[in-house]
Amino acid sequence: MSATGLQLDQAPPLSVPLRFFLTAPLFGVLAAVLLFWHGPTGLASRWTPTMLAFTHLLTLGFLTSAMLGALLQMLPVLAGAPVARPRLVSGVVHGLLTTGTLALVTGFLAPGTGAFPVALLLLGPGLALFVGVALECLWRAPIGDSTARTMGIALVGLAITVALGIGLGVGARTGAQSSWTGVHIGWGLLGWVAMLIGGVAWQVVPMFQLTPPYPAWLRRAYAPVLFFTLLGLSAALLLAPGRLAEKFFGAAIAAALALFAGITLLRQRQRRRRLPDVTLAFWRLAMTSLLAAVLLWLAGAAEIVRGERLAFLYGVLFLLGFAASAVHGMLYKIVPFLLWLHLQRKNIRGTLPNMKELLPDRRTRPHLWVHVAAIAAAVLACLVPAPFTYLAAALLLLSFGWLEWNLLAAVRRYRRLIRAHAHVA
Amino acid sequence: MSTLADILTHEHRRCDDLFAQAESAVANGDLETARRDFGEFERSMNRHFDFEEQVLFPAIETAMGPGMGPVQVMRLEHDQMRALFCDMALALAAGDKQRYLGLSETLLILMQQHNMKEEHILYRLAGELLGDREQELLTRLGGQ
Repeated sequence: MSATGLQLDQAPPLSVPLRFFLTAPLFGVLAAVLLFWHGPTGLASRWTPTMLAFTHLLTLGFLTSAMLGALLQMLPVLAGAPVARPRLVSGVVHGLLTTGTLALVTGFLAPGTGAFPVALLLLGPGLALFVGVALECLWRAPIGDSTARTMGIALVGLAITVALGIGLGVGARTGAQSSWTGVHIGWGLLGWVAMLIGGVAWQVVPMFQLTPPYPAWLRRAYAPVLFFTLLGLSAALLLAPGRLAEKFFGAAIAAALALFAGITLLRQRQRRRRLPDVTLAFWRLAMTSLLAAVLLWLAGAAEIVRGERLAFLYGVLFLLGFAASAVHGMLYKIVPFLLWLHLQRKNIRGTLPNMKELLPDRRTRPHLWVHVAAIAAAVLACLVPAPFTYLAAALLLLSFGWLEWNLLAAVRRYRRLIRAHAHVA
Repeated sequence: MSTLADILTHEHRRCDDLFAQAESAVANGDLETARRDFGEFERSMNRHFDFEEQVLFPAIETAMGPGMGPVQVMRLEHDQMRALFCDMALALAAGDKQRYLGLSETLLILMQQHNMKEEHILYRLAGELLGDREQELLTRLGGQ
């Protein structure tokens, strides 16, 4: 370990993570509007333009935005290595990611408008820049613990997902498709999303609720096991689709995810901080949904349950139930804390609001139930699209809108205090 | 044999326990117990801060040269935590449960990310930089 280049900055400038956090829920709102607009016909298959646009609004627009913002915030604290030129990196990556996601969605919904190649040209360089900068930062870091390693592997997972996505995008015009799509989805959901949430969990679950640490073997093995089984699954999907190898690697991934979710729930039961907490509730919902998704997948793979709409259910449980809930829980802790931290730096005289005064429980608690209702409606819409699609879309709109509204209310409070102070000074 | 990092990390965990005790007493509305537990928590934290600020940080700065950024940030965060202790004590004296819980939520995140930086980075760095002097520091820690 070397002290050279070691920095323990408290935080990057507020705008660096905040711009990602504030635009992320808007993509969820857009996804809900899209679902409303296209109605049940959009859910005819997983490959309708509506579903492709919907899933990318959630995965790139909501999840990836929020996850990149969180990484920019956490890297300095975790690794002692801040991102170089944070404002510039954050501005450029955010600009390319948001415009690229909008272009991609336009490309899915209106093929032939030329939006698709534009999307690839925006998203490819934008995400490559982020992965490059973040990996360089982890590489420089004086400390490489299990979280930093898991984050590094998740970034590689993101790079693979993007490369496959671009390949599919280019290939779409020549008609090449099929099993590569499965590989792209696998790396995106597991190699990037589930990987990063794991790495973040090793730190924040013990930290927010004062639980015992995760077992060392899980922290060490989770990322490499997930990574190599994903490589195996990719090879199986591409070279021997439908054979036993596919099920073998699938089952290994299912076991890794189930262990992660199960141990997280157990750790949360052992927490020393026993107050009701909205982040805890969102994370419990996330882990329960992940367990449900895994069990359902196993039942599907063993052909205990059958149905062409099963894949929709895995998707809803994983994306909305697991990943989106975990991100909600994180945002409701990170955003008020960051606002508080940056208020401290302004040397404002007088009593400053604490985290719960910036974002009170009365705003976040009811949102939890709206989010649960949205997931339940989405599950129903997977099974019987006709009556439930509109309900699911309306509740998703309400839920993502609520998130945005809550975050903006906290930021408005912060800005009012700064303005009032500037007035006095 | 325990290293300096082990002992200081253990102190963090003990302070976490005291923090959780005081917080749950407040949440249960048992203000008398809360005041006692909070007092013990604050004393333990201050003892820990004093050792770091008066013994450990100067030793790191001597070994690394002055103007050492990481130590400065750690000192700043100690001050931020002390200010929160003050506000929490006031809230407790006024019997303002909601304000205490808002402050304790804020302190928890500040304290945990601070501990993370110390445990992951600073203590390990200190172990390497201090070499033989670690034993001397351990003795001073024991004598406090």
